[in-house]
Amino acid sequence: MAQTEIIADSARNGAESDPSPSVGSVLARALRGNVRQYGMLVALALIVLLFQIWTDGILLQPLNITNLIQQNGYILILAIGMMIVIIAGHIDLSVGSLAAFVGAAAAVMMVEHHMPWPVAMLVALVIGALAGAWQGFWIAYLGIPSFIVTLAGMLLFRGGTQILLQGQSVAPFPKGFQSISSGFLPEVGPHTDYHNLTLLLGLAVLVVAVLQELRGRRQTASYGLEVLPLGLFLAKLAVITAAVVVFTLLLASYHGVPIVLLILGALLVGFGYLMRNSIIGRHTYAIGGNEAAAKLSGVKSKRVVFLAFTNMGVLAALAGLVFAARLNAGTPQAGINFELEAIAAAFIGGASASGGVGTVLGAIIGGLVLGVLNNGMSLVGVGTDYQQVIKGLVLLAAVGFDVYNKRRAGS
Amino acid sequence: MAGPVLEMRSISKSFPGVKALSEVNLTVAAGEVHAVCGENGAGKSTLMKVLSGVYPHGSYEGEILFEGEPCRFKDIRASEQRGIVIIHQELALVPYLSVAENIFLGNEHATRGVISWHRTLTHAAELLRQVGLEESPQTRIADLGVGKQQLVEIAKALAKKVKLLILDEPTAALNDEDSRKLLDLILELKAQGISCIIISHKLNEIARVADAVTILRDGQTIETIAIGPEGISEDRIIRGMVGRDLEHRYPDRTPDIGEVAFEVRDWTVRHPIDQQRTVVDGASLNVRRGEIVGIAGLMGAGRTELAMSVFGRSYGRWSGGRVLLHGREVRTRTVPEAIRHGIAYVTEDRKHFGLNLIDDISRNISLSALGKVARYGRVDRHEESRVAESFRRTMNIKAPTVFTRTGTLSGGNQQKVVLSKWIFAEPEVLILDEPTRGIDIGAKAEIYTVIAELAAQGKAVLVISSELPELLGLCDRIYTMAEGRITGEVARADATQESLMRLMTMSTASSNEQV
Ligand SMILES: Nc1ncnc2c1ncn2[C@@H]1O[C@H](COP(=O)(O)OP(=O)(O)OP(=O)(O)O)[C@@H](O)[C@H]1O
Ligand SMILES: [Mg+2]
Repeated sequence: MAQTEIIADSARNGAESDPSPSVGSVLARALRGNVRQYGMLVALALIVLLFQIWTDGILLQPLNITNLIQQNGYILILAIGMMIVIIAGHIDLSVGSLAAFVGAAAAVMMVEHHMPWPVAMLVALVIGALAGAWQGFWIAYLGIPSFIVTLAGMLLFRGGTQILLQGQSVAPFPKGFQSISSGFLPEVGPHTDYHNLTLLLGLAVLVVAVLQELRGRRQTASYGLEVLPLGLFLAKLAVITAAVVVFTLLLASYHGVPIVLLILGALLVGFGYLMRNSIIGRHTYAIGGNEAAAKLSGVKSKRVVFLAFTNMGVLAALAGLVFAARLNAGTPQAGINFELEAIAAAFIGGASASGGVGTVLGAIIGGLVLGVLNNGMSLVGVGTDYQQVIKGLVLLAAVGFDVYNKRRAGS
Repeated sequence: MAGPVLEMRSISKSFPGVKALSEVNLTVAAGEVHAVCGENGAGKSTLMKVLSGVYPHGSYEGEILFEGEPCRFKDIRASEQRGIVIIHQELALVPYLSVAENIFLGNEHATRGVISWHRTLTHAAELLRQVGLEESPQTRIADLGVGKQQLVEIAKALAKKVKLLILDEPTAALNDEDSRKLLDLILELKAQGISCIIISHKLNEIARVADAVTILRDGQTIETIAIGPEGISEDRIIRGMVGRDLEHRYPDRTPDIGEVAFEVRDWTVRHPIDQQRTVVDGASLNVRRGEIVGIAGLMGAGRTELAMSVFGRSYGRWSGGRVLLHGREVRTRTVPEAIRHGIAYVTEDRKHFGLNLIDDISRNISLSALGKVARYGRVDRHEESRVAESFRRTMNIKAPTVFTRTGTLSGGNQQKVVLSKWIFAEPEVLILDEPTRGIDIGAKAEIYTVIAELAAQGKAVLVISSELPELLGLCDRIYTMAEGRITGEVARADATQESLMRLMTMSTASSNEQV
């Protein structure tokens, strides 16, 4: 009872502020909260469209889509962890080197010591966790700035990689291991023109996504906040449906869902939930927003920061494994500049340099913007020199746009 | 007096979802001290930000005339060039630069980019003399108390050849002594022909220094009252501010005091960096169930340091002392430990230690007790918003919804959010550090009522305040502190401003005899 009363009251308050909102103003207001993320989604769509035209439709061909996912999987994995670290108000420069180190360690274990690949993977992830915990310890408990600690880590793990591999590439890997990067969901059921499991999975995703949207809308309304007018909301659902259907059909008409995509999906859902709904996620935002206030509210900030870095270590290890599996070798050159791509993805996707802001989904969107740019530009034959220039400008533009927007909204 | 130095005509300013100012008029005569009063969120700070160019021309409606000429400031620099200088509610000094460097920051004595230290230091010394601050220009800001920092801000304004000085709640963080000095300085500047706009919730100060007062309510000008030689009564201002007479400023209560709930014994704290310095020296005090106990003291007496140190050793280095709850010793070595034992500390510095300014009201309120709105580690957003909404109503927090960012709230409303956060944690012992700093009269009365209710529920409440009338009106018992020591303990019935003041200013030597 009391609950509905409060809600009704705040709904009234909300309505008072603007008696007759036009569709434009509602849309503008709905967007304002998430300008960066919506903006980036629109930018992503535009970039896709642009390259789709530019490459005469190659970009969205089933084969290329699959490639795109497999090529960018490891950066996206890193971007998720990096986003969390940045939300907590820190940075991690060591992830590229750590990924290389873990890839090398896995290679040595599997190729030279003939360790079964699942065991080697597990050990590799533990190594990642330990490396992350090591850095987290210096940062959280000894108070050394993360920039310094992870810069040291970058050198340390890079050197470690070279020592482990003694300058050589170590290859080849067992088939099972390779499939984490180049494998697909198995084929089951009757023979159709499409990959059956992929169709089922796509359907499941669609149902869950639509249900989530409906639930979110109901909840927002119950808080007394404005929701999109029904027409616009239906349009949004239509766009989501179309996107999921097209994407599913594209994948299903080739080999189906790549394993990397499954890993990414699980990470996105898991970490998205963690950051949005869990206490520790909330504490991470609080620390990034105002560490002193968070501490005085009883947030164990040292532990949270320590865990953020440990988690980053695990994800860096995972990325290193996926990358090694893709190359089918552990090499000393692996992971160079990965940290920069991951950091760029996080900032394009809505992180703030001072911490406290950002979402896991944002990191993925940011990573995809970079990934599509990479892939598209390679397809149309832009050299890596110009690719870098363009990516640099995109990063600057994305963050600049955001800062401009915030300033306009009143600091 | 001469014609107006400043005229602001029908100023309107909106933020997304909030109309902060609508058609506000303000006229300041040359050479007068003009007070601006109003409840929290009335729009006082916003009006001053419009005037000083923080909100540039074009982001508001209306007209500003300074010395008869229309002004369209595009930023603070532009208004400063015309001689309008604002000193914000939160001071804006760089802690690790010296006094002299701060005074001339952005306005350096330099030739071709090279700073002339000679001119900087001599000029700074001269300005410091003018504001009556006896410090070397080379002292670091971080080593000065808030009162002295405030004087440095004024020296900085003088360096810019100020004609109209705007002070936004300049005395909110000052004790009576420092406040008096500051007000005297304002009168002195007035004698030199500098006009001044002063925003304050301390109405007795306004009655003392102002020549006229303009009252804002809900973003509108209610009235401007000229104050003649006969002065003005505080009640007159309050009537304008809240639109009615405010009868009981302090709640009537019959305290129901039980056994000792919270006790600190021989608590000693050293300075975090300079470990030779003892900041709190063997302090002992106790609070009973249902009792409101005050701590009076001058700035730097060690009150905040004592409280923060007891609360999870959040300040300095602990070097002795015990905390007892209901007669049993408890460990409060970390903040979570202190919270678990039911101790809460409401900070005096909401921006730095109280709020996550980039997050919304609901999440700020729930932060110290997230477990209460969570199950299996999952935060229930719905429950969280419901809780926040009920605080928004009971505490009368002025904001469109509980999803408003706390950074956009007015100072007083931010304070209410911090207080809500700790009431939500349901502590047994509540330590309130300057709970009504920067809060308007009406809201103060509301907060006193809340405090009285908490005591009536059997909680032990400890209030640190620099406003003696507040302590006298609210507390059952008052401790005084000076130079890190407890110098006295007075029951409400025996306490007067004078007796407290004497204990607060007692030097260490004589306090030894007393205690
Ligand atoms: N940047 C901003 N964005 C949105 N709303 C704002 C912003 N700044 C101020 N407001 C709103 O404008 C109104 C007036 O705020 P203002 O700070 O001027 O009040 P005030 O009179 O100075 O109050 P106090 O005595 O508490 O300092 C408040 O409702 C506040 O929430
Ligand atoms: Mg204000």
